Order: sequence, then C-alpha cells, then structure tokens
Amino acid sequence: MQIEFTLNDQPTVWDVSPDEFLADTLRKHGFLSIRKGCNTSCCGLCTVWIDGKPTLSCTALSFRMQGKSVTTIEGVAEEAAEFARILVAEGAEQCGFCSPGFIMTVLALKHELAAPTEEEIVHYLTGNLCRCTGYMGQMRAVKTYLGVTQR
Amino acid sequence: MRKLVGKGVPKIDGMAIATGKPAYTEDLVVANALVVKILRSPHAFARITFIDVAKAAALKGVECVLTYQDVPKQRFTLAGQSYPEPSPYDRLILDDMVRYVGDEVAIVAAVDERTALAAIDLIQVEYEIFEPVVDFETAIGHPSVVHPEEDLHCNFDIGMKKDQNIVSSQRVESGNVEEELSQCDFVVEETFYTQANAQCMMETYRAFNYLDHMGRLVVVSSTQVPFHAKRMLARALKMPAGKIRVIKPRIGGGFGGKQSSCVEIFTAAVTLKTGKPAILVYDREETFTCTTSRHAMRLKVTLGADKDGYIRVVDIHGLSDTGAYGEHASTVFMVAGEKTLPLYNQTKAVRFMGNVVYTNKMPAGAFRGYGATQGTFALESAVNLLAEKMGVDPAELRLKNIAKEGEPFRGFKGGILESSALNRCIETGKEMIGWAVKYPRRSVSETKVRGIGMAVTMQGSGIANIDTASAEVRLNDNGDFTLLVGSTDMGTGSDTILAQMAAEVLEVSLDQIIVHAADTDVSPFDPGSYASSTTYVTGMAVVRAAQDLKQQILEEGAKFLQVSPEEVAFNGHTVRMTGTDKMISLKKLAERLVVGPVHRQLVGNSTYGSPVSPPPFIAGFAEVEVDKETGKVELLDYVAVVDCGTVINPHLARIQTEGGIVQGIGMALYEDVRVDSKGKLLSNSFMQYKIPCRKDIGTVRVAFKESFEPTGPFGAKSVGEVVINTPAPAIAAAVYNAVGVRITQLPITPEKVFMGLQKNSTRS
Amino acid sequence: MFTVGQLVQPDTVEEAYRILTEKKDAAVLGGCAFLRMGSRAIGTAIDLSHLNLEGITEHADSFEIGAMTTFRMLETDSVLNTFFDGLLAEAVKPIIGVQFRHAVTVGATVFSKYGFSDLITALQALDTEVELAHGGRMALEAFLNRPYEKDVLTRLWIRKDGRRAAYQSFRNSASDFPILTTAVSLLAGQGRIVVGARPLKAAIAVQASQELGRMDLNSQRMDEIAALAAGEMTFGANMRGSAEYRRELCKVLVKRAVTEVAACK
Ligand SMILES: Cc1cc2nc3c(=O)[nH]c(=O)nc-3n(C[C@H](O)[C@H](O)[C@H](O)COP(=O)(O)OP(=O)(O)OC[C@H]3O[C@@H](n4cnc5c(N)ncnc54)[C@H](O)[C@@H]3O)c2cc1C
Repeated sequence: MQIEFTLNDQPTVWDVSPDEFLADTLRKHGFLSIRKGCNTSCCGLCTVWIDGKPTLSCTALSFRMQGKSVTTIEGVAEEAAEFARILVAEGAEQCGFCSPGFIMTVLALKHELAAPTEEEIVHYLTGNLCRCTGYMGQMRAVKTYLGVTQR
Repeated sequence: MRKLVGKGVPKIDGMAIATGKPAYTEDLVVANALVVKILRSPHAFARITFIDVAKAAALKGVECVLTYQDVPKQRFTLAGQSYPEPSPYDRLILDDMVRYVGDEVAIVAAVDERTALAAIDLIQVEYEIFEPVVDFETAIGHPSVVHPEEDLHCNFDIGMKKDQNIVSSQRVESGNVEEELSQCDFVVEETFYTQANAQCMMETYRAFNYLDHMGRLVVVSSTQVPFHAKRMLARALKMPAGKIRVIKPRIGGGFGGKQSSCVEIFTAAVTLKTGKPAILVYDREETFTCTTSRHAMRLKVTLGADKDGYIRVVDIHGLSDTGAYGEHASTVFMVAGEKTLPLYNQTKAVRFMGNVVYTNKMPAGAFRGYGATQGTFALESAVNLLAEKMGVDPAELRLKNIAKEGEPFRGFKGGILESSALNRCIETGKEMIGWAVKYPRRSVSETKVRGIGMAVTMQGSGIANIDTASAEVRLNDNGDFTLLVGSTDMGTGSDTILAQMAAEVLEVSLDQIIVHAADTDVSPFDPGSYASSTTYVTGMAVVRAAQDLKQQILEEGAKFLQVSPEEVAFNGHTVRMTGTDKMISLKKLAERLVVGPVHRQLVGNSTYGSPVSPPPFIAGFAEVEVDKETGKVELLDYVAVVDCGTVINPHLARIQTEGGIVQGIGMALYEDVRVDSKGKLLSNSFMQYKIPCRKDIGTVRVAFKESFEPTGPFGAKSVGEVVINTPAPAIAAAVYNAVGVRITQLPITPEKVFMGLQKNSTRS
Repeated sequence: MFTVGQLVQPDTVEEAYRILTEKKDAAVLGGCAFLRMGSRAIGTAIDLSHLNLEGITEHADSFEIGAMTTFRMLETDSVLNTFFDGLLAEAVKPIIGVQFRHAVTVGATVFSKYGFSDLITALQALDTEVELAHGGRMALEAFLNRPYEKDVLTRLWIRKDGRRAAYQSFRNSASDFPILTTAVSLLAGQGRIVVGARPLKAAIAVQASQELGRMDLNSQRMDEIAALAAGEMTFGANMRGSAEYRRELCKVLVKRAVTEVAACK
C-alpha cells in the first residue's frame, strides 16, 4: 500500500506492506542510522520522531505514517552534530551503535522540557540502553549540552 | 613534554559513528545477498534420526538448505585464540547430535528473510531425545555424556575426561596448603556461586560474505578476531586459509563475545555452496540463546591468616560450567586462579584446582574479565569475611597484604612487580567514598540502612609469551602516515589510542595518521582485541614501528642534506641539520622517496610480544542503601580507583572504567542467565534479562592513580577488563555491612536479601 | 515473525467488530509492542486509526480515554494528572522508556488483562468502566472477571469522583516488569486496595478495602490492613519472585500506599 508522509521535511511517497515496521522500511530506503538492538521494544536504539515525539521505529507500523511527519537523525544533522561533538569530546559515544537513537531522544528532550532537573533527564532517557559507557559520560554530555550545572 | 599521549582527544571515528553514518557490517552488505536463517534444536540433548528438507528446498526463493549431511566433518572450535587453541575441537558446523536448546540443525538461505523463515518451518525433523545435563553440579559422572564422539580433539592436554563430562581438570599449587593452614590463627571457608551473564553488546552478531574476482571468500564480520576467524573457517571448511579474507568494519561492542566466531561459518557455508553472497544477522533472541555467555562457577575459598595480620594461605576449589561446547573452557577457568592467587603477596601456600564441565546449555565463552571476574568475587568476598573474623578493617588488611611495587611477585613466578599503585588506589578510594565516616554502616531511617564495602582486583595486559602483535607505519607519498594494525577497535577507541602513540613518537599531529584496521589481506598479524592486549601489546608494536620509521626518516633526510643521521633532527615537519637552517620538509622528503631516483618508500615495522602480562589494579568501593522491609539494594555511589599504568587517553580510559563498572553492577544486582529444568533459556531478551538502565546505577566515580610500567608503551598497562571485577564483591560487602546478610550467590536480588534478613531476625 | 495478510481501517466501531468476528485470524492492532513479539499470522489486521479513539477527553463527571491513547499521553496529560494524585501517570512511568510509552496503548493493555500490568492495577483503584464494541459498558472489575470473548475495546470511562489515590510498584531493575503492584484509593469512607502482578492479574483485596474505608488510620491499623490484604490475596511464583516473597512485599507496598493516601487528606 502507498503512504504519503513527510520524511525529514520532504514530502515522501512510499510503498509499504501492512506488516512492515518503520525501522525496516527506513533501513530499506537507505536510512542506515536506524539500528535495531532488540526484538522486544525495549532498547531505544531505533528511536525516531513521529510528529516530533520520540518513538520506537521498530514498533511503529509503517502504514501508520500516512499523513505523519517522521524525522531521523539524517533530518536534523546540524543539531545532532552539535550534541554529538559534546558526546564525542567525553568519549561517550564508544561503539556508537546506540548513539543515533540516543541523540534523537536527547534532542527531543531538549525540545520538550525546558530547564529539566537531573531526575527528569534520567527519566526521559531511561528507554535508551547503552552497554559500553555506563551512562555517566552520556549524562555529563547531556548536562553540558543543556547547560545544566554539573553536580 | 608529551603532546598527545595523556590527552583526552576525541575518537578519530567518533563523529561519524555517533551520528549514524553507515560504518557497521550490516550497513555495508553487498547487493542481493542471500538471507541466512538457522533451524535450531528445541531439545537440550538429542540425536537427529530423520531430517527432510525437500519441501523447504522446493520453496520458491530458497537457494540452499544444508544439514549435517552436507557440511565437512571436521571438528573445530569457535574460540578465537592463538594457535594451537587450548579450546577443544568439539563441534561440527552441523552435527547429528544437538547439545543444547538452540543448537544448529539446518542452515537455510533464501532471497529474503520471509522466505527463509517460511522454509525453516517446512523442514521436518525427528529426534531421539536424551536426558540432558542441566545442573552443572551434577555433570561429573552424569549418566548422559555430552560429548561421546571419538573424533573430538584437544591440541594439547587440558585434563579432559570426556566420559565424565569433564572438559578440563586443573591444579596449580605452591607450598603446602594443609600444613600452612594448620599454622594459621584465622581460617575462613566459604563457597560462592557466580552466575552466567550475557555480554549484551548492542550490535548483535552478524557477518556477510561473497566470492571476490579471484574466487576467494571475503568475509565481512563484526569480529574481535579477524585472523583467528580466518584460521577457524579454513579448518572447519577444509579450505586453504589463503583463500579467505576477513574484514572487520566498525564494531558495535564486543565485550569478549565477538572473540568467538558464532555466525561466520554459516554464511561461509552458504556462499561456498551457492557461489552467492550471503548475510546472517542474529537477532537479540538468538544472541541470548545461541552464542556464548560468561562461565557460571562455584568457587570454594579457604583463606588462612596469622595473628600478625598476614594472609598466608589462599586455596580455591572451583567448578566451571562451559555448557555444550568448550570454547575458552580451560583458559577462563585458569584465569580465575591466575588473577587471584598472586593478589596477596604474603602468602606461603596457594592452590587453585577444579574442573570445567560440559552441560547441555548454551556454551560459555569469553566475556570481559574472563574468569578473573568470577575469581575476584569469590576471593574478595572471602577476604572481607576474613577481615571480619580477624576484627580488622578490610582496607587495612588489604594494604598490609597486597603485592607492592618492587616486590618479588607470585604472578611473575618471583619476578619483580615493576608497577603497582594499588596501595594509592586504596587510600584514594577510601577518601573519595568517605570510608572513615561511613564504614561500616549508618542508619538513615527506621527502614533504611546504608553500608559501604570494598574489593580490589588485578587482571593482565595481554597474554605473556603467546600473543604477539605487529604494526606497520608507512610514510605516504603526500607526507602523511598510514598506521596498519590488526587489532579491533570495538568502540573502545583503540584505533585512536594507537594513533596517539604513533603521532607522539613521530611528533606529528593526530590528523596526519590514517589508521587502517583490520583486514587480513592488508593488516599485519594481530590476534585481535581481547585479553586486555591492544593498548599494551599492539601499542608497543606501534611505538616500535613508529620509532623504526622515525629512524628511517632521519636517515633519508640526512642523506638528502648530505650529512650523517646523527647530525639531523626531525620535528614532525622538517628534517633539519641541528643548529643550522639546512633542512628538508617531510612533505618534500616523502615525495622524493617515491618519485625520482631514491626508490625507497619508508615503512616502519615491528612485531611485539611481551614476556610478562603486567597487572592493572583497581580498588572499588560501593555505598548502598538497603530497604530492610523489601530487601531492595539501591546502589548510591561507586568509586573505582584505577592503576592502568600511564593513562594514554584519560577520557577513553574513564569511559572504559565507568562502562565496565556498570556491567559489573549488572552482574552484582540484576543480570542472570536462567534456564528451565529442561535446559531451555528463560532470559532470552532485554525484557527478561535486565542489563542496568540509567536508573539502576547511582553515581559511578572514577579516579586514576598512575604507575609506570617499564615494559608498556609510555608506561601503559591495560584497562579493558579489570574494570568489571570489583562491583560484585564490593556491593555484596556493602550489603553485608548494612544489614548483616551475606550473599554468596549472585545476583544480589531483593528477595535473597529479604530472606536473609528474615533468617537473621528469627535467629536473634 | 508477525505477518499480516490484509489490512482494514474501518470507519465505524460496528464494522471493526464485524470484521473481527467474521474473519478468521483477524486481530485488532494496538501499539503492537506485544503483537510484534509473537509469530502470529494475522489474516486481517484491524487498524482503529479512523475511529478517533486516540486521546483523553474531560467531561463534566468523567474522563473518556480512547483505546488508542498511548501511555505517554496518560503520563503527560495535564488535566488528568490533577486528579487522583496523578495515579495513572505514576503507574505508567516506570514502564521501559519514553519512546516505548509513545507506542503502547491503553485499549490493548486493558483488553489483554495482563497479570503484570501496572495500568490495570491503577485503573482498578478508580471507578473505571470499560466500553466494548459489542459488550457495551461495564465496570472494569466485571470485565476482568468475565471469560475471554472477541471484542473491540473502544474506551475507558473514569469517574471524576475526587478520590485520593496512591500507587506503589516494586521492581528490581527500574525498567523491569514489576514483582508486585498496588494501588490504593479512598473516597468518603470507601476504600479500595488493588494488588497486581501477583503474578496473577490485579484484584481487589476485598476485606482489607472494607477495613480501609471503616477505620481511622493510624500506623498500627495500617499495618493490620496491610496484613489483611496480604493474607486474603493469592500469590504465585515466576522468574521474578516467589509467592512467599510477594506476600511479604504486599504488606509493605500496601502499607506505603495506604500511608500516602492517608496523608493526602
Ligand atoms: C518489553 C516490554 C516491557 C513491558 N513492561 C511492562 C511493565 O513493566 N508494566 C506494564 O504494565 N506493562 C508492561 N508492558 C506491556 C505494555 O505496557 C502494554 O500493555 C503492551 O505492550 C500492550 O500494548 P500494545 O499497544 O503494544 O498492544 P498490542 O501488541 O498492539 O496488542 C496486544 C493485544 O491486544 C489486542 N488489542 C489491541 N487493541 C485492542 C482493542 N482496542 N480492543 C481489543 N483488543 C485489542 C491485540 O489484538 C493483541 O492481541 C511491557 C511490554 C513490553 C513489550
């Protein structure tokens, strides 16, 4: 079936099957920043924005994107690079495999919450698992990015 | 003054991988690769009595279906270790015996995933089912023999008694344990259990391969061990190693898991059969179910000490569960003793002995820490117990007994321990955690108590006298350098660290170094990144190769200036005759070496292997808050003070440490590989196997106390593995100090603590 | 692998129900977190997108919550969360992560009667009604207790009766399934104590609830109520905990939730 939607600000028409998930559709079309880390909707690697909200693209059926706006890290390259530079300066990208989904959640957090507390930051990012960094370095980077004073 | 070594420079690949650029195995797959799927055994132990693939093979889009009848009958091991591997050759690509739930029964390749999965459903199999060996404590002498086959092969004697399900039987000792124990004023004995854990790298196992223009098999794989993978494939497929090329792109985490080559053999078999490219990506369930985990162990520790406060005896009796195949079985077990017996250096007798057994479960393999983690939990928990029995502060007991810099060291068979800052690590850690005020406990409310606990540990840096690494540094025609190594940066930043070292030696900037790793056709030999070897072993090869090149630059520069090499100096930009302005720029020199009459492109070379494996050390301190009503342990603060020798890149070393500590916290509190009574895995997803999330870990704080290791590059040792060892024993000690419940069986779940509290309250 | 033969997007609830009952292998698509984990071959997938069932509407005496409302909407709805001491937000907050809660839906969760469900536990402490395409409106309690029957859950209705409420769940890892959940509410002498993830599905501790309504609460009475609840409920074992441990936890969580509710007055 055909869907018409906005992808990274571009009007897009794609053919999808009814049981296809967005993560697979995006990868198939060359959006290779989309990573899948689990089969159970609980790692956060595949996070993209649907109508601006961070959502698991592995769990969102592609046909449901009809009329919606989808954003991947490719679509917010500059904003992502700004945070990525801070993350990389901390060394907290490590293997990098979870970074795109993580960055998309961090940017969403910045858009959604004004002046978040440390607790709110942790809560917002809990759905993004990372096995390399132990989260501390990511947290330092996020705080620097958001201008939250380090404890 | 160093310009780059010791600086927290960003990783050279950091921006690309952080922002999702295509760099990993699956991103690079060639067009039209067949999708490979595996039919797996639903039984823990069975023989295939009948298998019919006709329907599957006939399905449109299916290109190949392979069963045990279609693959070479050559036993091999998946363990990526230097040849001759100490792991037994005990598996076939496909076997008519299946030895765990998830063991491979058939390989299917089709044009797409759907077709491959549909074909799997069409394969008919009948099994003769045997009683599986599930509980590793019943494996020895179990009526079922996991490996009855006659053609199982060990490269050398590892103490295998396969009729009793024993893969490896070991005993190392020095001094007379029983006699020394009888002299001791304090003796403690306790049995500890460490559970199996899953590595849980975020990028699951995957590989694709194709035949190149010369008919060679090109394997692209997310592997820590490209050269070992090549050798393993050659053996298993009975083909010359020269016909195989293994390329490693960026890796999305490894943690030892990717030191066993779990998937390459299947794609290779398909491509050799069909001539077509093929890809296999394990999903998370397969990664949990059909790869390798940490070896679960039972470790009984006996410690003896005298009234002067010296630990005189360390005696450890172990049993290790290797599961269905013996990947890393003997070596992981050996390391459990090797990294614990020498830690305390006032001992008169030490012993480590026991068995590794086969069971009908997913094989165990390499996982960060590699036995030292298991051994450290047992030893350090016992030392905390001993301190209590002796009525001494556990930090003081350690300070008095640990191996110190300059001492003859049991770990080096009496050779001198050239570098250790462990005493300073302990002192600093005590201050950071607030030991003086907080030890052992403080009550914060009627129901909540805080406690602190500690542990120390050591690991190694590379494998002494076995693993060697080679490096090449080439001066390119345009005046920059290519550093060729075969080590495998799996996110650790080792490519960056090696570039820092090369740039430091050559006195050039980091962006003048192009790092190439790893491709077995191109890279110089390296066993790969494991055993905490890359910074220390490959690093030394890089330093020497760069020094070699620098010398050549001086020679060629001097020739051009028509003076002797002693009269010139190189500053990264120019070779200049000292005290004059006679000079040639590097760019010009590089150009002249490849164009015109000189005919000598400069390549610096080195192969390095170390006769010792110098230990990095950590002192770890945990502060927990225990809810007495529920048994819940909340980790508030973790302090790790690290001696990894010279810190080459403080940011990357810090993240390595924080990450390793958090994996250790996962092991201590949450992670548990569990099977049911029939051997079927229960913890097969992130839903059922909980690695720590952001809310689970409190604060982790890291500090470095540098020592200088004379055998290491710029004085460096290693940091990759040692970081995972202290959390379990330190947290267990903190819990004990808080509420008096001693957990000897990991993980420390609220229920165990609660039940312990109940028991204590009925006792008192 | 989850597969779909045909997709339908009905324009009326009646049509959705008709397709669900008439077609073999038909299934309603919620947020799909559970569906995708199975290997169900769905002949006809029914997508409710055209039925306007996504969102929370405030009425004079109730909240209407559409079946396709996501957990994140429950968590962040500024009006809903001024009621019941933010009970529903508290219940869904620990579940996995923001991007997950943007996906999973209320209708699927309640219809599936999951034993581990945080949300069902909380909803039961309120005056909640379930609206089904065929079954009509009924109390949540009645719905949970009736045997399985094909239907489409369309809405939940929660009465704005001003009750005070508190939620407690106990997990080891913070984003794991709960080992036990409790929700407690109190309104004008009517108490309700719900215990879920036993691991059986959530149920009301009837006697303890009655006592809660009756009593003037002090610490000792709260202990008695908690013990009563733990005594009257049935508990089972799973990977996450034994029945015995759950019973002990029940005392603690109920006491804590009751204490919170009592403090609200
Ligand atoms: C990894 C993971 C962890 C979780 N942890 C927790 C937790 O800690 N606590 C907790 O409470 N929950 C937890 N859940 C459950 C989650 O909160 C949802 O309840 C669950 O995913 C179902 O919602 P869904 O929208 O994804 O349903 P779907 O997967 O879409 O559907 C589930 C079932 O409901 C049917 N269905 C869907 N909509 C309707 C409808 N309107 N009418 C009738 N039938 C319908 C479907 O046909 C299907 O059979 C977890 C789930 C996952 C995957």
